[in-house]
Amino acid sequence: MFIVDVVLSGLVLGGIYALIAMGLTLQYGVARIMNLAYGEFTIAACFAAYVLFTVSGVNPIIALAVAMPASFVINWLVYAIFMTPLVKRAPDAGALEVDSILATFGLLFVVQGVLLVIFGGTYFSYSYLAVPVQILGSAVALNRLLAAGIALAIALALYLLLMKTRMGTAVRAVAVNPASARLVGIDTARYAAFAFALGGALVAASGVLVSMFFTFNASMGVVFTMKALIIVIMGGVGNVLGALAAGLILGLAEALSAGFLDSGLTMAVNFALFLAILLWRPAGLFGKRAR
Amino acid sequence: MSLLTLENLSRSFGGLRAVDGLSFAVEPGQVLGLVGPNGSGKTTALNLITGNLRADSGRVIFAGRDIARSAPHSIARAGIARTFQLVRVMASMSIAENVAVGAIFGAAPCAPAEAMRRAPALLARIGLEGRGAEPAGKLTYIDQKRLELARALAAQPRLLLLDEWLAGLNPTELEEGIALIRSIAADGVTIIMVEHVMSAIRALCGRIVVMNAGQRIAEGTPDAALSDPAVIAAYLGDDDA
Amino acid sequence: MNSPIFLAAVAAIAGAFALVQPHLGPFWQSLLINILMYTALATAWALFSGPTRYVSLATAAFFGLGAYTMAFLGEAMPLPMVYLSAAVIGAVVAAIVGLSTLRLSGVYFVIFTFGLAELIRQLVTWAEAKFGGTVGRFVFVPVSPTDIYFMLIAACVAVFALGWWVQRSRLGWALRAIGEDETVARHAGIDVTRAKVLLFSLSASVMSVVGCIMAPRWTYIDATIAFNPIISFQVLIMALLGGAARLYGPVLGVVPLAILFELLQANFPNHFSILLGAVFLAVVYLVPRGVAGLLEKRR
Repeated sequence: MFIVDVVLSGLVLGGIYALIAMGLTLQYGVARIMNLAYGEFTIAACFAAYVLFTVSGVNPIIALAVAMPASFVINWLVYAIFMTPLVKRAPDAGALEVDSILATFGLLFVVQGVLLVIFGGTYFSYSYLAVPVQILGSAVALNRLLAAGIALAIALALYLLLMKTRMGTAVRAVAVNPASARLVGIDTARYAAFAFALGGALVAASGVLVSMFFTFNASMGVVFTMKALIIVIMGGVGNVLGALAAGLILGLAEALSAGFLDSGLTMAVNFALFLAILLWRPAGLFGKRAR
Repeated sequence: MSLLTLENLSRSFGGLRAVDGLSFAVEPGQVLGLVGPNGSGKTTALNLITGNLRADSGRVIFAGRDIARSAPHSIARAGIARTFQLVRVMASMSIAENVAVGAIFGAAPCAPAEAMRRAPALLARIGLEGRGAEPAGKLTYIDQKRLELARALAAQPRLLLLDEWLAGLNPTELEEGIALIRSIAADGVTIIMVEHVMSAIRALCGRIVVMNAGQRIAEGTPDAALSDPAVIAAYLGDDDA
Repeated sequence: MNSPIFLAAVAAIAGAFALVQPHLGPFWQSLLINILMYTALATAWALFSGPTRYVSLATAAFFGLGAYTMAFLGEAMPLPMVYLSAAVIGAVVAAIVGLSTLRLSGVYFVIFTFGLAELIRQLVTWAEAKFGGTVGRFVFVPVSPTDIYFMLIAACVAVFALGWWVQRSRLGWALRAIGEDETVARHAGIDVTRAKVLLFSLSASVMSVVGCIMAPRWTYIDATIAFNPIISFQVLIMALLGGAARLYGPVLGVVPLAILFELLQANFPNHFSILLGAVFLAVVYLVPRGVAGLLEKRR
């Protein structure tokens, strides 16, 4: 039942990736901040969950309830302190993009540096619900299954929030066209900050979930940022359902390559997918052609 | 043989057929007017000819070669130069450098130093004599239009596309502009001009093509084509498709 | 700055560096090697990113490729051939990256270059483990620090000469036009993608050669050392602080920052990354004029 193993682990992984990418698609698609420090926040959340679990005995599910609001506030502050001046000084969207790339590149090294000082460069993991569960004759660790389930639940909640509420409609309007959104009375600056913070809450959730089954260290952020960026582009910038689908595709692709090729090649698989998208559909799997 | 032939050219944006089965030809040395109401697809047609947009179907034959799938730069090198409806100059480069760019990379490419030597003569021709060292961004709107034309001419094109180049000129400037276009045509450059200024069309164009809703609705001498009932209906707007 | 003065200044400074060498102690020689290395890298970076306004985060990738070229081929072929190979490898990888991303909006390029060093690092690690059965390799080539010092002077002179030549060539004109207005450039007959890819490859091959020159300094390299993202980061800050719009701009950022980083590294080795990030943020927020050359028009 090897193929079932592979597909199952791909879907589980993909569910988490989708959640990671949804946070970024909110930050980039709505707030227009290309956040290169994104993966660092994922890793920071991994460490937060690790400390809560090993030191205080708090289980990761409860850690989620702490980490998400905390990260929401932290990211709101990051936006207010670091991004607002850039938004104010940028003459157009292109300039803001370059500025935010540079600023968050700096932020990346600060966050990574702090994690390195506290935790050093070694690998960390903890054991929570590491018991096998039988599905279709294949064994999956319960922690992975639970992580993927929670990830999908959060993703669904986000989707409903965006599609069914007034606030969600406003957020989507800002994503599509900030100038017109302003004309119909939407406070774009506030919604941009809100979307960035909400993206931050999602990144914290994904970090906590990742930490349940994954071995991590302080300098791995760039890997998560890359995955998130690739998924966002595959799914179409600002497209939440696209991110979900693309996340599952990336998870499957990685699981297949790890199963049939070599697990040392996952980054290469990421890039191969990215290249394929760039050459075939630069506007994303579900986007319209650009020209 | 015609210099440029459009055959059944089409391009849609979503559900809108901006150019819909358009066909016409331009003979060497001709000044062809492309007219029609706003939104009739004239600028889209120019963008299809210059490769700025890619056609969904149809052919663009220039000097015997189909260029409908070619990139803008190879179309420019083949000998088609253009101006833009909304003026585009390279603002922080000098006026002479703007012109030089046209010469360096155009239909008859030359070395940068040689291009800079040729610039003053072209600037004199379009009325920007002696101002080559000033930054292009400081020019008035009208002078930027002149500069665009000089840049296009520097490329030594066989076919020149003017997109509402005469729009916004005052009566004196209009006279000068018409004389300038006439002298360019006299040098043997074939011209397609999209234009709303009908007096200029009548003065310059031997033939015009009238477009509406992406299609050619009339063709002929300005007087004949503009009095065609279909054209009158299109301009009066009771023929909304 | 006009050409004779610029070229004379480059020659004079290069001569001065060569003349002081016999009087340098190990500390000063090592500091000057650092300054020379970053001068070559940051100038090469600005060569591409200045006129095109594409932010490349891949310096470490090309630098590392060069270093690994020395590690792999250093004992297998004559040294000049090794440097040449590094130049070719850097250019080829850059051409692949450029051809797949430079046709599109700038952000794809940034993302691709952001992950490139990590991608190549993982591939090298994987290949070494799989086929070589090792983690890293020793670099045993007869190249002394003094040789490195002189080769870096030559590399700096070469990159300035290259930049000077590019500015006056058709390629340079093409890139200036692209930086001003890509649509106009296209319709003026400029093959925009080709111009960008060409210059990106030139810039990358300089970076690879510098990595190749520097490799013997470590004696032992592994993928983590060779593809350290800190290199991309430092080059970016230096070029931005100095200003990427002028050929001599990056040097103005290299000298103060190379000295500052040396001091930080010596005094706060554990907090280096944090301080580096803080310096970078300070440059981005407080010296927008230095950044301005690059951001003026956007990409």
